[in-house]
Amino acid sequence: MLVSAVVSVVISALILVSLLGETFTFVKGLAETGTWSSLWADGWFPRRGQYSVATLLMGSLIVTLVAMAVAIPLGLAGAVYLSEYARPSVRRLLKPALETLAGIPSVVLGVFALTFISPEVVQRFFEAPQANLAAAGLGVGILTIPLVASVSEDAMRSVPAALREASYGLGARKATTCVRVVLPAALSGLVAALILAVSRALGETMVVAIAAGGSAGALFTADPLRPGTTMTAAMIAQAGGTDQVKGDALTFQSLFFVGTLLFGITLSLNLVAGRFVRRFRNVY
Amino acid sequence: MALSQIGIGSDVAADITRARLTGKRADVSGTAFRTALQIGLSLSVIVLVVLLADVLTGGWSVLTTRLGEFLTAPLRANPAQAGIAQSLAGTLWTGMVVVLLSFPIGIGAAIYLEEYAPQNRLTRFIEVNVRNLAGVPSVVYGILGFTIFVQWSGGFTGGRTALAGGLTLACLVLPIVIITSSEAIRSVPRAIREGGYGVGATQWEIIRTFVLPYAAPGILTGTVLSLARALGEAAPLILVGAVQGRLASQDPIWDPAWLTERFTAMPVTVADWATRPEEGFVANTAAAIVVLLAIVLLFNLGSILLRNRYERKRHR
Repeated sequence: MLVSAVVSVVISALILVSLLGETFTFVKGLAETGTWSSLWADGWFPRRGQYSVATLLMGSLIVTLVAMAVAIPLGLAGAVYLSEYARPSVRRLLKPALETLAGIPSVVLGVFALTFISPEVVQRFFEAPQANLAAAGLGVGILTIPLVASVSEDAMRSVPAALREASYGLGARKATTCVRVVLPAALSGLVAALILAVSRALGETMVVAIAAGGSAGALFTADPLRPGTTMTAAMIAQAGGTDQVKGDALTFQSLFFVGTLLFGITLSLNLVAGRFVRRFRNVY
Repeated sequence: MALSQIGIGSDVAADITRARLTGKRADVSGTAFRTALQIGLSLSVIVLVVLLADVLTGGWSVLTTRLGEFLTAPLRANPAQAGIAQSLAGTLWTGMVVVLLSFPIGIGAAIYLEEYAPQNRLTRFIEVNVRNLAGVPSVVYGILGFTIFVQWSGGFTGGRTALAGGLTLACLVLPIVIITSSEAIRSVPRAIREGGYGVGATQWEIIRTFVLPYAAPGILTGTVLSLARALGEAAPLILVGAVQGRLASQDPIWDPAWLTERFTAMPVTVADWATRPEEGFVANTAAAIVVLLAIVLLFNLGSILLRNRYERKRHR
Protein backbone atom coordinates (compact mmCIF):
# COMPACT_ATOMS: atom_id res chain seq x y z
CA MET A 1 0.00 0.00 0.00
CA LEU A 2 3.00 2.23 0.42
CA VAL A 3 3.50 1.65 -3.29
CA SER A 4 0.06 3.06 -4.12
CA ALA A 5 0.79 6.11 -1.95
CA VAL A 6 4.05 6.63 -3.79
CA VAL A 7 2.20 6.55 -7.14
CA SER A 8 1.02 10.11 -6.47
CA VAL A 9 4.60 11.27 -6.02
CA VAL A 10 5.56 9.53 -9.26
CA ILE A 11 2.71 11.33 -11.06
CA SER A 12 3.96 14.69 -9.77
CA ALA A 13 7.46 13.88 -10.94
CA LEU A 14 6.18 12.84 -14.36
CA ILE A 15 4.15 16.05 -14.67
CA LEU A 16 7.30 18.07 -14.01
CA VAL A 17 9.38 15.99 -16.40
CA SER A 18 6.83 16.17 -19.22
CA LEU A 19 6.41 19.93 -18.79
CA LEU A 20 10.03 20.90 -18.36
CA GLY A 21 11.61 18.82 -21.16
CA GLU A 22 9.92 20.59 -24.08
CA THR A 23 9.81 23.93 -22.22
CA PHE A 24 13.59 23.75 -22.11
CA THR A 25 13.65 23.05 -25.86
CA PHE A 26 11.38 26.07 -26.41
CA VAL A 27 13.52 28.46 -24.39
CA LYS A 28 16.70 27.07 -25.94
CA GLY A 29 15.16 27.48 -29.40
CA LEU A 30 14.33 31.12 -28.69
CA ALA A 31 17.85 31.70 -27.41
CA GLU A 32 19.50 30.03 -30.39
CA THR A 33 17.52 31.90 -33.00
CA GLY A 34 17.64 35.09 -30.94
CA THR A 35 13.88 35.54 -31.26
CA TRP A 36 13.10 36.62 -27.70
CA SER A 37 11.09 39.44 -29.25
CA SER A 38 8.44 36.90 -30.34
CA LEU A 39 7.42 36.76 -26.66
CA TRP A 40 6.39 40.42 -26.95
CA ALA A 41 4.60 40.13 -30.31
CA ASP A 42 1.20 41.73 -31.00
CA GLY A 43 -0.68 38.57 -30.22
CA TRP A 44 -0.67 34.83 -29.62
CA PHE A 45 -0.27 33.17 -33.02
CA PRO A 46 2.00 30.20 -32.33
CA ARG A 47 1.79 28.91 -35.90
CA ARG A 48 3.26 32.19 -37.11
CA GLY A 49 5.93 32.25 -34.43
CA GLN A 50 4.24 34.96 -32.33
CA TYR A 51 4.22 33.90 -28.69
CA SER A 52 2.92 36.97 -26.88
CA VAL A 53 2.69 35.73 -23.32
CA ALA A 54 1.14 39.05 -22.31
CA THR A 55 -1.89 38.24 -24.49
CA LEU A 56 -2.45 34.96 -22.67
CA LEU A 57 -1.85 36.45 -19.22
CA MET A 58 -4.19 39.37 -19.91
CA GLY A 59 -6.85 36.99 -21.27
CA SER A 60 -6.55 34.78 -18.20
CA LEU A 61 -6.70 37.85 -15.96
CA ILE A 62 -9.86 39.20 -17.61
CA VAL A 63 -11.65 35.85 -17.54
CA THR A 64 -10.66 35.34 -13.90
CA LEU A 65 -11.78 38.83 -12.84
CA VAL A 66 -15.17 38.45 -14.54
CA ALA A 67 -15.52 34.97 -13.05
CA MET A 68 -14.73 36.22 -9.54
CA ALA A 69 -17.21 39.09 -9.92
CA VAL A 70 -19.87 36.38 -10.34
CA ALA A 71 -18.60 33.59 -8.11
CA ILE A 72 -17.58 35.55 -5.00
CA PRO A 73 -20.85 37.40 -4.26
CA LEU A 74 -23.08 34.48 -5.28
CA GLY A 75 -20.95 31.79 -3.66
CA LEU A 76 -20.48 33.79 -0.48
CA ALA A 77 -24.21 34.64 -0.24
CA GLY A 78 -25.02 30.97 -0.66
CA ALA A 79 -22.48 30.00 1.98
CA VAL A 80 -23.66 32.57 4.56
CA TYR A 81 -27.28 31.60 4.01
CA LEU A 82 -26.67 27.85 4.20
CA SER A 83 -24.41 28.13 7.23
CA GLU A 84 -26.20 30.82 9.28
CA TYR A 85 -29.82 31.06 8.17
CA ALA A 86 -31.12 27.96 6.44
CA ARG A 87 -33.14 25.45 8.41
CA PRO A 88 -31.91 21.85 8.09
CA SER A 89 -34.76 20.96 5.75
CA VAL A 90 -33.95 23.86 3.39
CA ARG A 91 -30.26 22.98 3.60
CA ARG A 92 -30.93 19.39 2.63
CA LEU A 93 -32.67 20.66 -0.50
CA LEU A 94 -30.32 23.47 -1.55
CA LYS A 95 -26.97 21.84 -0.86
CA PRO A 96 -27.54 19.05 -3.42
CA ALA A 97 -28.56 21.75 -5.93
CA LEU A 98 -25.19 23.47 -5.46
CA GLU A 99 -23.43 20.12 -5.64
CA THR A 100 -25.25 19.36 -8.90
CA LEU A 101 -23.96 22.67 -10.26
CA ALA A 102 -20.48 21.56 -9.22
CA GLY A 103 -20.91 18.33 -11.15
CA ILE A 104 -21.73 19.95 -14.49
CA PRO A 105 -18.88 19.32 -16.94
CA SER A 106 -17.07 22.43 -18.14
CA VAL A 107 -17.80 21.71 -21.83
CA VAL A 108 -21.50 22.07 -21.01
CA LEU A 109 -20.91 25.46 -19.41
CA GLY A 110 -18.82 26.39 -22.44
CA VAL A 111 -21.68 25.70 -24.83
CA PHE A 112 -24.08 27.48 -22.46
CA ALA A 113 -21.78 30.52 -22.35
CA LEU A 114 -21.55 30.65 -26.15
CA THR A 115 -25.18 29.97 -27.03
CA PHE A 116 -27.05 31.48 -24.09
CA ILE A 117 -24.98 33.80 -21.86
CA SER A 118 -23.39 35.62 -24.79
CA PRO A 119 -26.55 36.45 -26.80
CA GLU A 120 -28.96 36.75 -23.83
CA VAL A 121 -26.74 38.57 -21.34
CA VAL A 122 -23.58 40.08 -22.83
CA GLN A 123 -24.88 41.09 -26.27
CA ARG A 124 -28.10 42.40 -24.75
CA PHE A 125 -26.23 45.07 -22.81
CA PHE A 126 -23.07 45.60 -24.84
CA GLU A 127 -21.90 45.68 -28.41
CA ALA A 128 -19.85 42.49 -28.73
CA PRO A 129 -19.23 39.57 -31.09
CA GLN A 130 -20.81 36.25 -30.08
CA ALA A 131 -17.53 34.80 -28.86
CA ASN A 132 -15.97 37.12 -26.28
CA LEU A 133 -13.96 36.98 -23.08
CA ALA A 134 -16.79 38.33 -20.90
CA ALA A 135 -19.18 35.50 -21.78
CA ALA A 136 -16.43 32.97 -21.12
CA GLY A 137 -15.70 34.69 -17.79
CA LEU A 138 -19.36 34.51 -16.76
CA GLY A 139 -19.40 30.80 -17.62
CA VAL A 140 -16.25 30.16 -15.60
CA GLY A 141 -17.79 32.17 -12.75
CA ILE A 142 -20.85 29.92 -12.67
CA LEU A 143 -18.55 26.90 -12.54
CA THR A 144 -16.66 28.33 -9.55
CA ILE A 145 -19.74 29.28 -7.46
CA PRO A 146 -19.99 25.83 -5.82
CA LEU A 147 -16.28 25.85 -4.90
CA VAL A 148 -16.52 29.28 -3.24
CA ALA A 149 -19.75 28.26 -1.51
CA SER A 150 -18.53 24.94 -0.13
CA VAL A 151 -15.11 26.13 1.10
CA SER A 152 -16.51 29.26 2.76
CA GLU A 153 -19.44 27.36 4.24
CA ASP A 154 -17.01 24.89 5.81
CA ALA A 155 -15.06 27.83 7.22
CA MET A 156 -18.14 29.48 8.73
CA ARG A 157 -19.58 26.29 10.15
CA SER A 158 -16.39 25.62 12.06
CA VAL A 159 -16.67 28.99 13.85
CA PRO A 160 -17.70 27.99 17.40
CA ALA A 161 -21.35 28.61 18.36
CA ALA A 162 -20.12 30.36 21.52
CA LEU A 163 -18.95 33.33 19.44
CA ARG A 164 -22.42 33.78 17.97
CA GLU A 165 -24.12 33.39 21.34
CA ALA A 166 -21.78 35.91 22.94
CA SER A 167 -22.64 38.33 20.14
CA TYR A 168 -26.37 37.84 20.67
CA GLY A 169 -25.86 38.26 24.40
CA LEU A 170 -24.33 41.68 23.77
CA GLY A 171 -27.43 42.66 21.85
CA ALA A 172 -26.17 42.26 18.29
CA ARG A 173 -28.70 41.44 15.63
CA LYS A 174 -28.38 38.36 13.45
CA ALA A 175 -27.08 40.26 10.43
CA THR A 176 -24.53 42.11 12.59
CA THR A 177 -23.42 38.83 14.11
CA CYS A 178 -22.91 37.37 10.64
CA VAL A 179 -21.01 40.26 9.17
CA ARG A 180 -19.02 41.50 12.18
CA VAL A 181 -18.43 38.29 14.15
CA VAL A 182 -18.75 35.12 12.06
CA LEU A 183 -17.22 36.37 8.80
CA PRO A 184 -14.11 37.91 10.44
CA ALA A 185 -13.67 34.76 12.53
CA ALA A 186 -13.77 32.67 9.38
CA LEU A 187 -11.56 35.10 7.46
CA SER A 188 -8.59 32.87 6.70
CA GLY A 189 -10.97 30.17 5.44
CA LEU A 190 -12.67 32.74 3.22
CA VAL A 191 -9.31 33.90 1.87
CA ALA A 192 -8.48 30.28 1.10
CA ALA A 193 -11.80 29.96 -0.76
CA LEU A 194 -10.96 33.07 -2.77
CA ILE A 195 -7.48 31.90 -3.73
CA LEU A 196 -8.70 28.40 -4.64
CA ALA A 197 -11.43 29.95 -6.79
CA VAL A 198 -8.89 32.14 -8.61
CA SER A 199 -6.68 29.12 -9.18
CA ARG A 200 -9.63 27.09 -10.45
CA ALA A 201 -10.71 29.89 -12.79
CA LEU A 202 -7.19 30.25 -14.18
CA GLY A 203 -7.07 26.52 -14.86
CA GLU A 204 -10.54 26.31 -16.39
CA THR A 205 -10.15 25.30 -19.99
CA MET A 206 -13.12 24.21 -22.05
CA VAL A 207 -15.41 27.15 -21.25
CA VAL A 208 -12.82 29.57 -22.62
CA ALA A 209 -11.84 27.29 -25.50
CA ILE A 210 -15.47 27.17 -26.68
CA ALA A 211 -16.83 30.61 -25.77
CA ALA A 212 -13.94 33.10 -25.98
CA GLY A 213 -13.31 32.79 -29.70
CA GLY A 214 -9.54 32.57 -29.60
CA SER A 215 -9.09 29.14 -31.15
CA ALA A 216 -7.06 30.51 -34.07
CA GLY A 217 -4.93 32.74 -31.85
CA ALA A 218 -5.74 36.22 -30.61
CA LEU A 219 -4.46 39.75 -30.65
CA PHE A 220 -3.55 41.39 -27.37
CA THR A 221 -6.64 42.93 -25.82
CA ALA A 222 -7.61 44.31 -22.45
CA ASP A 223 -11.26 44.59 -23.48
CA PRO A 224 -13.50 41.82 -22.11
CA LEU A 225 -15.98 42.40 -24.95
CA ARG A 226 -13.49 41.27 -27.59
CA PRO A 227 -12.53 37.71 -28.52
CA GLY A 228 -9.39 36.52 -26.81
CA THR A 229 -7.60 33.55 -25.45
CA THR A 230 -6.15 32.39 -22.14
CA MET A 231 -3.24 30.16 -21.18
CA THR A 232 -5.54 27.13 -21.01
CA ALA A 233 -7.49 27.76 -24.21
CA ALA A 234 -4.26 28.41 -26.10
CA MET A 235 -3.09 24.94 -25.13
CA ILE A 236 -6.30 23.31 -26.37
CA ALA A 237 -6.25 25.30 -29.61
CA GLN A 238 -2.84 23.89 -30.37
CA ALA A 239 -3.61 20.29 -29.47
CA GLY A 240 -4.99 19.70 -32.98
CA GLY A 241 -1.46 20.25 -34.20
CA THR A 242 0.24 17.76 -31.94
CA ASP A 243 0.52 15.15 -34.68
CA GLN A 244 1.02 17.51 -37.61
CA VAL A 245 3.40 20.20 -36.51
CA LYS A 246 2.93 23.02 -38.96
CA GLY A 247 4.23 26.52 -39.03
CA ASP A 248 7.04 27.75 -36.89
CA ALA A 249 9.58 25.26 -35.61
CA LEU A 250 8.78 25.99 -31.96
CA THR A 251 4.97 25.91 -32.31
CA PHE A 252 4.67 22.50 -30.70
CA GLN A 253 7.03 23.33 -27.84
CA SER A 254 5.20 26.55 -26.99
CA LEU A 255 2.33 24.36 -25.75
CA PHE A 256 4.59 23.02 -23.01
CA PHE A 257 5.93 26.47 -22.23
CA VAL A 258 2.39 27.74 -21.57
CA GLY A 259 1.68 24.59 -19.56
CA THR A 260 4.66 25.25 -17.34
CA LEU A 261 3.56 28.85 -16.83
CA LEU A 262 0.04 27.77 -15.89
CA PHE A 263 1.30 25.00 -13.63
CA GLY A 264 3.65 27.38 -11.82
CA ILE A 265 0.98 30.02 -11.22
CA THR A 266 -1.75 27.64 -10.02
CA LEU A 267 0.68 25.67 -7.84
CA SER A 268 1.84 28.82 -6.06
CA LEU A 269 -1.76 29.93 -5.51
CA ASN A 270 -2.69 26.51 -4.13
CA LEU A 271 0.30 26.50 -1.78
CA VAL A 272 -0.71 29.92 -0.42
CA ALA A 273 -4.33 28.78 -0.03
CA GLY A 274 -3.15 25.68 1.83
CA ARG A 275 -1.27 27.89 4.26
CA PHE A 276 -4.45 29.89 4.98
CA VAL A 277 -6.48 26.72 5.50
CA ARG A 278 -3.91 25.40 7.97
CA ARG A 279 -3.84 28.68 9.88
CA PHE A 280 -7.62 28.52 10.10
CA ARG A 281 -7.57 24.93 11.37
CA ASN A 282 -5.05 25.86 14.04
CA VAL A 283 -7.27 28.62 15.49
CA TYR A 284 -10.38 26.48 16.01
CA MET B 1 -44.50 29.03 17.14
CA ALA B 2 -40.83 29.27 17.87
CA LEU B 3 -41.49 29.76 21.58
CA SER B 4 -43.47 26.57 21.81
CA GLN B 5 -40.55 24.54 20.61
CA ILE B 6 -38.05 23.19 23.05
CA GLY B 7 -34.49 24.28 22.38
CA ILE B 8 -34.96 27.22 19.99
CA GLY B 9 -31.85 28.60 18.34
CA SER B 10 -29.92 31.32 20.13
CA ASP B 11 -30.53 33.65 17.17
CA VAL B 12 -34.30 33.30 17.53
CA ALA B 13 -34.01 33.75 21.30
CA ALA B 14 -31.98 36.92 20.73
CA ASP B 15 -34.63 38.32 18.38
CA ILE B 16 -37.47 37.58 20.77
CA THR B 17 -35.60 39.01 23.75
CA ARG B 18 -34.68 42.16 21.85
CA ALA B 19 -38.26 42.65 20.73
CA ARG B 20 -39.48 42.33 24.35
CA LEU B 21 -36.84 44.66 25.74
CA THR B 22 -37.06 47.42 23.15
CA GLY B 23 -40.67 47.06 22.12
CA LYS B 24 -39.53 47.17 18.48
CA ARG B 25 -40.61 44.35 16.25
CA ALA B 26 -39.24 44.84 12.79
CA ASP B 27 -35.57 44.47 11.95
CA VAL B 28 -35.49 46.18 8.56
CA SER B 29 -31.80 45.95 7.70
CA GLY B 30 -31.66 42.40 9.05
CA THR B 31 -34.48 41.37 6.75
CA ALA B 32 -32.82 43.15 3.84
CA PHE B 33 -29.57 41.26 4.48
CA ARG B 34 -31.40 37.98 4.68
CA THR B 35 -33.27 38.72 1.46
CA ALA B 36 -30.03 39.63 -0.31
CA LEU B 37 -28.55 36.29 0.71
CA GLN B 38 -31.65 34.48 -0.49
CA ILE B 39 -31.49 36.27 -3.84
CA GLY B 40 -27.81 35.33 -4.19
CA LEU B 41 -28.50 31.69 -3.50
CA SER B 42 -31.60 31.58 -5.69
CA LEU B 43 -29.61 33.08 -8.58
CA SER B 44 -27.24 30.12 -8.47
CA VAL B 45 -30.17 27.71 -8.49
CA ILE B 46 -31.91 29.68 -11.26
CA VAL B 47 -28.77 29.48 -13.42
CA LEU B 48 -28.82 25.71 -12.96
CA VAL B 49 -32.50 25.50 -13.91
CA VAL B 50 -32.08 27.80 -16.94
CA LEU B 51 -29.11 25.75 -18.12
CA LEU B 52 -30.99 22.48 -17.85
CA ALA B 53 -34.08 23.95 -19.53
CA ASP B 54 -31.94 25.46 -22.31
CA VAL B 55 -30.22 22.19 -23.27
CA LEU B 56 -33.43 20.19 -22.93
CA THR B 57 -35.38 22.47 -25.27
CA GLY B 58 -32.39 22.71 -27.61
CA GLY B 59 -32.01 18.95 -27.89
CA TRP B 60 -35.72 18.15 -27.75
CA SER B 61 -36.19 17.73 -31.50
CA VAL B 62 -33.34 15.21 -31.72
CA LEU B 63 -34.23 13.39 -28.51
CA THR B 64 -37.88 12.92 -29.48
CA THR B 65 -37.61 12.17 -33.19
CA ARG B 66 -34.48 10.03 -33.53
CA LEU B 67 -33.15 9.09 -30.09
CA GLY B 68 -32.45 5.47 -31.06
CA GLU B 69 -30.48 6.42 -34.15
CA PHE B 70 -28.69 9.22 -32.26
CA LEU B 71 -27.43 6.78 -29.63
CA THR B 72 -26.37 4.07 -32.08
CA ALA B 73 -25.11 5.95 -35.17
CA PRO B 74 -21.44 6.85 -35.61
CA LEU B 75 -20.15 10.42 -35.87
CA ARG B 76 -21.05 11.69 -39.31
CA ALA B 77 -20.55 14.89 -41.22
CA ASN B 78 -24.27 15.10 -41.99
CA PRO B 79 -25.95 16.43 -38.83
CA ALA B 80 -29.26 14.70 -39.60
CA GLN B 81 -27.60 11.27 -39.47
CA ALA B 82 -24.85 11.85 -36.93
CA GLY B 83 -24.87 9.90 -33.68
CA ILE B 84 -22.80 9.45 -30.57
CA ALA B 85 -22.20 5.67 -30.41
CA GLN B 86 -18.44 6.06 -30.76
CA SER B 87 -18.29 8.80 -28.14
CA LEU B 88 -20.27 6.66 -25.71
CA ALA B 89 -17.85 3.79 -26.32
CA GLY B 90 -14.88 6.08 -25.64
CA THR B 91 -16.46 7.36 -22.43
CA LEU B 92 -17.27 3.80 -21.33
CA TRP B 93 -13.76 2.45 -21.89
CA THR B 94 -11.84 5.44 -20.53
CA GLY B 95 -14.16 5.29 -17.51
CA MET B 96 -13.42 1.59 -17.14
CA VAL B 97 -9.67 2.28 -16.99
CA VAL B 98 -10.29 4.98 -14.36
CA VAL B 99 -12.36 2.60 -12.22
CA LEU B 100 -9.88 -0.27 -12.50
CA LEU B 101 -6.78 1.85 -11.78
CA SER B 102 -7.52 4.93 -9.72
CA PHE B 103 -10.04 3.30 -7.36
CA PRO B 104 -7.85 0.47 -6.01
CA ILE B 105 -4.67 2.58 -6.02
CA GLY B 106 -6.43 5.59 -4.48
CA ILE B 107 -8.16 3.60 -1.75
CA GLY B 108 -4.95 1.67 -1.07
CA ALA B 109 -3.02 4.92 -0.72
CA ALA B 110 -5.70 6.31 1.63
CA ILE B 111 -5.57 3.19 3.84
CA TYR B 112 -1.80 3.43 3.97
CA LEU B 113 -1.76 7.15 4.79
CA GLU B 114 -4.45 6.91 7.49
CA GLU B 115 -3.72 3.54 9.10
CA TYR B 116 -0.12 2.50 8.52
CA ALA B 117 1.99 5.53 7.65
CA PRO B 118 4.43 6.61 10.36
CA GLN B 119 4.46 10.30 11.24
CA ASN B 120 7.59 11.17 9.30
CA ARG B 121 8.74 13.49 6.56
CA LEU B 122 7.95 11.04 3.75
CA THR B 123 4.32 10.77 4.90
CA ARG B 124 3.96 14.53 5.23
CA PHE B 125 5.53 14.97 1.80
CA ILE B 126 3.11 12.50 0.23
CA GLU B 127 0.13 14.23 1.87
CA VAL B 128 1.17 17.71 0.71
CA ASN B 129 1.90 16.29 -2.71
CA VAL B 130 -1.56 14.72 -3.02
CA ARG B 131 -3.24 17.99 -2.02
CA ASN B 132 -1.26 19.94 -4.60
CA LEU B 133 -1.95 17.37 -7.31
CA ALA B 134 -5.67 17.83 -6.72
CA GLY B 135 -5.29 21.50 -7.65
CA VAL B 136 -3.36 20.99 -10.89
CA PRO B 137 -5.48 22.18 -13.85
CA SER B 138 -6.84 19.37 -16.02
CA VAL B 139 -5.08 20.61 -19.19
CA VAL B 140 -1.75 20.04 -17.47
CA TYR B 141 -2.74 16.41 -16.97
CA GLY B 142 -3.29 16.40 -20.73
CA ILE B 143 0.37 17.29 -21.21
CA LEU B 144 1.32 14.52 -18.80
CA GLY B 145 -0.82 12.06 -20.74
CA PHE B 146 0.54 13.14 -24.10
CA THR B 147 4.18 12.91 -23.05
CA ILE B 148 4.04 9.79 -20.88
CA PHE B 149 1.21 7.66 -22.25
CA VAL B 150 1.30 8.64 -25.92
CA GLN B 151 4.95 9.37 -26.64
CA TRP B 152 6.95 7.41 -24.05
CA SER B 153 4.80 4.33 -23.63
CA GLY B 154 3.15 4.41 -27.03
CA GLY B 155 4.34 0.85 -27.62
CA PHE B 156 2.15 -0.30 -24.74
CA THR B 157 -0.85 2.00 -25.12
CA GLY B 158 -0.80 2.11 -28.91
CA GLY B 159 -0.39 5.89 -29.00
CA ARG B 160 -3.46 8.11 -28.97
CA THR B 161 -5.89 5.45 -27.80
CA ALA B 162 -8.70 5.11 -25.28
CA LEU B 163 -6.20 3.33 -23.02
CA ALA B 164 -3.90 6.39 -23.02
CA GLY B 165 -6.91 8.63 -22.40
CA GLY B 166 -8.12 6.43 -19.55
CA LEU B 167 -4.67 6.35 -17.95
CA THR B 168 -4.55 10.16 -18.12
CA LEU B 169 -7.98 10.50 -16.49
CA ALA B 170 -6.95 7.94 -13.86
CA CYS B 171 -3.99 10.18 -12.91
CA LEU B 172 -6.33 13.18 -12.87
CA VAL B 173 -8.80 11.72 -10.36
CA LEU B 174 -6.33 9.72 -8.25
CA PRO B 175 -5.64 12.60 -5.81
CA ILE B 176 -9.40 13.22 -5.42
CA VAL B 177 -9.99 9.53 -4.67
CA ILE B 178 -7.16 9.56 -2.11
CA ILE B 179 -8.43 12.72 -0.37
CA THR B 180 -12.09 11.67 -0.13
CA SER B 181 -11.23 8.11 0.94
CA SER B 182 -8.79 9.43 3.57
CA GLU B 183 -11.53 11.66 4.97
CA ALA B 184 -13.95 8.74 5.12
CA ILE B 185 -11.39 6.54 6.91
CA ARG B 186 -10.46 9.33 9.31
CA SER B 187 -14.11 9.70 10.33
CA VAL B 188 -14.26 6.14 11.69
CA PRO B 189 -14.55 6.49 15.50
CA ARG B 190 -11.52 5.47 17.57
CA ALA B 191 -13.71 3.31 19.76
CA ILE B 192 -14.41 0.95 16.88
CA ARG B 193 -10.69 0.33 16.35
CA GLU B 194 -10.00 0.00 20.06
CA GLY B 195 -12.82 -2.49 20.41
CA GLY B 196 -11.13 -4.59 17.75
CA TYR B 197 -7.75 -4.46 19.44
CA GLY B 198 -9.49 -5.36 22.73
CA VAL B 199 -10.57 -8.72 21.35
CA GLY B 200 -7.10 -9.40 19.97
CA ALA B 201 -7.57 -8.69 16.26
CA THR B 202 -4.58 -7.81 14.12
CA GLN B 203 -4.35 -4.43 12.43
CA TRP B 204 -5.29 -5.80 9.02
CA GLU B 205 -8.27 -7.69 10.51
CA ILE B 206 -9.48 -4.48 12.11
CA ILE B 207 -9.11 -2.52 8.88
CA ARG B 208 -10.86 -5.20 6.86
CA THR B 209 -13.73 -6.01 9.19
CA PHE B 210 -14.36 -2.72 11.02
CA VAL B 211 -12.74 0.31 9.42
CA LEU B 212 -13.45 -0.33 5.74
CA PRO B 213 -17.11 -1.34 6.14
CA TYR B 214 -17.71 1.73 8.32
CA ALA B 215 -15.95 4.03 5.85
CA ALA B 216 -17.45 2.32 2.77
CA PRO B 217 -20.30 4.76 2.11
CA GLY B 218 -17.93 7.74 2.33
CA ILE B 219 -15.38 6.06 0.10
CA LEU B 220 -18.07 5.06 -2.39
CA THR B 221 -19.47 8.61 -2.52
CA GLY B 222 -16.02 10.06 -3.14
CA THR B 223 -15.07 7.55 -5.81
CA VAL B 224 -18.36 7.88 -7.68
CA LEU B 225 -18.07 11.69 -7.63
CA SER B 226 -14.54 11.48 -8.98
CA LEU B 227 -15.67 9.12 -11.73
CA ALA B 228 -18.34 11.67 -12.70
CA ARG B 229 -15.62 14.32 -12.78
CA ALA B 230 -13.45 12.12 -15.02
CA LEU B 231 -16.26 11.39 -17.47
CA GLY B 232 -16.97 15.11 -17.91
CA GLU B 233 -13.39 16.11 -18.69
CA ALA B 234 -12.62 17.10 -22.26
CA ALA B 235 -9.41 19.11 -22.05
CA PRO B 236 -6.95 16.35 -21.07
CA LEU B 237 -8.45 13.97 -23.66
CA ILE B 238 -8.10 16.54 -26.43
CA LEU B 239 -4.41 16.96 -25.58
CA VAL B 240 -3.95 13.18 -25.49
CA GLY B 241 -5.38 13.12 -28.98
CA ALA B 242 -9.08 12.28 -28.76
CA VAL B 243 -10.51 12.58 -32.24
CA GLN B 244 -12.50 15.66 -33.16
CA GLY B 245 -14.37 14.81 -36.31
CA ARG B 246 -15.03 11.40 -37.77
CA LEU B 247 -13.66 8.17 -36.40
CA ALA B 248 -12.89 4.98 -38.32
CA SER B 249 -13.55 2.36 -35.67
CA GLN B 250 -17.10 1.00 -35.68
CA ASP B 251 -16.69 -1.81 -33.15
CA PRO B 252 -19.69 -2.50 -30.95
CA ILE B 253 -19.60 -0.39 -27.79
CA TRP B 254 -18.73 -3.28 -25.45
CA ASP B 255 -15.78 -4.52 -27.53
CA PRO B 256 -12.50 -4.08 -25.57
CA ALA B 257 -10.73 -3.52 -28.90
CA TRP B 258 -11.69 0.13 -28.28
CA LEU B 259 -8.91 0.35 -25.72
CA THR B 260 -6.17 0.21 -28.33
CA GLU B 261 -7.83 2.26 -31.06
CA ARG B 262 -8.14 5.94 -31.82
CA PHE B 263 -11.01 7.25 -29.71
CA THR B 264 -13.23 10.13 -28.79
CA ALA B 265 -15.48 10.72 -25.77
CA MET B 266 -18.77 12.43 -24.96
CA PRO B 267 -17.35 15.77 -23.72
CA VAL B 268 -14.92 15.91 -26.65
CA THR B 269 -17.78 15.41 -29.12
CA VAL B 270 -19.79 18.14 -27.39
CA ALA B 271 -16.85 20.55 -27.71
CA ASP B 272 -16.33 19.56 -31.33
CA TRP B 273 -19.97 19.91 -32.38
CA ALA B 274 -20.41 23.18 -30.48
CA THR B 275 -17.94 24.90 -32.78
CA ARG B 276 -19.34 23.47 -36.05
CA PRO B 277 -20.89 26.11 -38.29
CA GLU B 278 -23.73 23.88 -39.65
CA GLU B 279 -27.16 24.73 -38.27
CA GLY B 280 -28.08 21.07 -37.70
CA PHE B 281 -25.28 20.56 -35.17
CA VAL B 282 -26.83 23.04 -32.72
CA ALA B 283 -29.60 20.59 -31.84
CA ASN B 284 -27.15 17.68 -31.95
CA THR B 285 -24.86 19.47 -29.49
CA ALA B 286 -27.73 20.08 -27.10
CA ALA B 287 -28.87 16.47 -27.38
CA ALA B 288 -25.33 15.20 -26.74
CA ILE B 289 -25.16 17.48 -23.69
CA VAL B 290 -28.41 15.99 -22.38
CA VAL B 291 -26.93 12.49 -22.69
CA LEU B 292 -23.63 13.58 -21.08
CA LEU B 293 -25.48 15.33 -18.24
CA ALA B 294 -27.70 12.28 -17.76
CA ILE B 295 -24.59 10.12 -17.26
CA VAL B 296 -22.67 12.57 -15.05
CA LEU B 297 -25.61 13.77 -12.95
CA LEU B 298 -26.84 10.22 -12.44
CA PHE B 299 -23.52 9.40 -10.77
CA ASN B 300 -23.55 12.68 -8.85
CA LEU B 301 -27.11 12.39 -7.64
CA GLY B 302 -26.63 8.73 -6.80
CA SER B 303 -23.67 9.47 -4.57
CA ILE B 304 -25.38 12.44 -2.89
CA LEU B 305 -28.48 10.35 -2.11
CA LEU B 306 -26.29 7.51 -0.87
CA ARG B 307 -24.43 9.85 1.46
CA ASN B 308 -27.61 11.44 2.83
CA ARG B 309 -29.11 8.03 3.48
CA TYR B 310 -26.09 6.79 5.42
CA GLU B 311 -25.73 10.07 7.29
CA ARG B 312 -29.31 9.80 8.52
CA LYS B 313 -28.80 6.18 9.53
CA ARG B 314 -25.69 7.10 11.52
CA HIS B 315 -27.37 9.90 13.42
CA ARG B 316 -30.27 7.77 14.49
